[in-house]
Amino acid sequence: MPPRLSTATPEPAPATPPDHPAAPLRATLDGWRTALRDDWQLYAMLAPLLIWFAVFLYKPMLGLIIAFKDYSLYKGVAASPWVGLENFAALFGDEQFRRAIANTLTLGILSLVIAFPVPVLLALMFNELGDGRFRRFAQIVAYLPHFISVVIIAGLVVALLAPSNGAINIARAGLGFDQLYFLTIPGYFRTIYIGSGIWKEAGFDSIVYLAAIAGISPALYEAARLDGASRIQLIRHITLPALVPTIIILALIKVGHVIEVGFEYIVLLYQPATYATSDVIATYIYRAGLQTGDYGLAAAAGLFNAIVALALVWGANTLSRRVSTATLW
Amino acid sequence: MGRQYPEPSRLDRDTVVTARMPNDDLQNPTPATRTPQDPALAYTRGDRLFGHINAALMLVVVAVSLYPFIYIMAVSLSSGAAVTAGRVLLWPVDVTLAAYAQVLGERAFWIAYANTFFYAIAGTATSLALIVPGAYALSRSRLKGRRAFNFLIAFTLWFHAGMIPFFLNIRDLGLLDSRLGIVIAFACSAFNVILLRNAFEQLPAAYEEAARLDGADDVQLLRYVAMPMVVPTITTVALLCLVARWNGYFWSMVLLFDAHKVPLQVYLKKIVVDLRADDAMAARLATASYSFETMTAAVIVTSLIPILLLYPWLLRVFTRGMTLGGVKE
Repeated sequence: MPPRLSTATPEPAPATPPDHPAAPLRATLDGWRTALRDDWQLYAMLAPLLIWFAVFLYKPMLGLIIAFKDYSLYKGVAASPWVGLENFAALFGDEQFRRAIANTLTLGILSLVIAFPVPVLLALMFNELGDGRFRRFAQIVAYLPHFISVVIIAGLVVALLAPSNGAINIARAGLGFDQLYFLTIPGYFRTIYIGSGIWKEAGFDSIVYLAAIAGISPALYEAARLDGASRIQLIRHITLPALVPTIIILALIKVGHVIEVGFEYIVLLYQPATYATSDVIATYIYRAGLQTGDYGLAAAAGLFNAIVALALVWGANTLSRRVSTATLW
Repeated sequence: MGRQYPEPSRLDRDTVVTARMPNDDLQNPTPATRTPQDPALAYTRGDRLFGHINAALMLVVVAVSLYPFIYIMAVSLSSGAAVTAGRVLLWPVDVTLAAYAQVLGERAFWIAYANTFFYAIAGTATSLALIVPGAYALSRSRLKGRRAFNFLIAFTLWFHAGMIPFFLNIRDLGLLDSRLGIVIAFACSAFNVILLRNAFEQLPAAYEEAARLDGADDVQLLRYVAMPMVVPTITTVALLCLVARWNGYFWSMVLLFDAHKVPLQVYLKKIVVDLRADDAMAARLATASYSFETMTAAVIVTSLIPILLLYPWLLRVFTRGMTLGGVKE
């Protein structure tokens, strides 16, 4: 068979006798046979990728059935007895898990309210700096923490907050305050988490808004200036309104991910003394499953988490489809 | 969670709508407010004041962004006694390189560093080997079953089995405490596949048709026609993988037991966050001119160097990735 000339050539519909009962199935099989024969190179390119997804992402989904079993490492999945919803009953009966749900939501919502507006503000500030060297320098500095691992960020936090010789406590002592071991005080955990999160990501996240600002027509600004608008009025009436669609879409994405807190980062910073505010669903799963070995319970918690996350993303996506014509996908 | 760890920032993952190739340098978009030529557009005194206040606030932002780096640098270069006495806040006190000498003389540090290089390079190569051909196949409209394959890949962004089933799967595959496991199990992410697939889809069909007339098959098309045209996107994906490998710690910490196999971030975590010295280290600490604090700081600074060296390049490629098909109003 000669190579086809265009990628756009549709699959020719195989001719099948219309009254044969097995016709649709056979037509499908024939279609696949033709496709595999003609495009075997494409399928060979695709196969390793699909196998990877099957083995590393889809196979674990089957493993989720241990959420309904009394799983034992030695018996394996198949031989472990079914327990129905017992794991879930135990989970929701556990006060620590209920606290983890509350902590996850609190951290997620606080981040949304406090951290989300910062990149917008930063983008406006960068933009008002004009086009000079200082602006380039400020951007380069503000973007840097994004590229640094959470381990180093946690290391910096530990060093800055060290009880007696950390910078913050030296400053506190200098101002006459007593020195505190912040990382062991539950009341400070959320501030530390959200504050360091802003420090790490706000600069880099402003890039999306800067790109949107770059798309605003300069003619709008010139016309407003001729009408005597001040710089603050330009921001208030031109720049900010132009950013609204971006802000709405990004806010909806954030809402969709509100329960996906930065778990790998929290694991580094939390400790038993601060569990009251720092223990989230993912860290609960980590402790119950990988540290205690209560796999069934932890898998149940994971399934609960994944379903809520899916529902939230789906809801946010539906909402954004309604709000604007742009969808997340 | 139980997902692959070359995970791009949440924003990246969700804002892929369609990949466009941005021709403009979005890192520094044309500022919307231009210097007016028309004297009627000259800034008023209030506008200038606003500009000064903005610049002053920006200086504060820059200072806050930089301070943790300056502080950790100062600690790493100071004597242990000065740090313990709380005399180091901004500049090194009693400058000494003892902490660096100690860190660089540590065998485990170099092993961890070498391991990270291995994981970063082997991991990125594996990722590209799986993703480039796979994404190309998925971008061909004549590929039968394309919609289903694309859905199966995108679905993994929405739903994942979670930490426990993922871990048990790795165990069942015999990939615990295995370098190969770390390289393979985190090779792909749906985000990277979609990014590259969209880039392939954007290519004009005319090139392919011309090559086909010359008798090229799919493998040749990918190698000589499609791949050279999406080099910027391949670079973006490669760097996303590289940085994720360089910075990732969680799964390496969970899946590797042998201290000779762990990457730098896991080594860092043990020292910098858990504040735990091994016995040999502790013995030397007792008599040294450096302290645990200055040594931790030196470890942090040393591990930052490769990222800082790559930073200009990373910044350019990442800002492009960030806005590749970003949010479009």
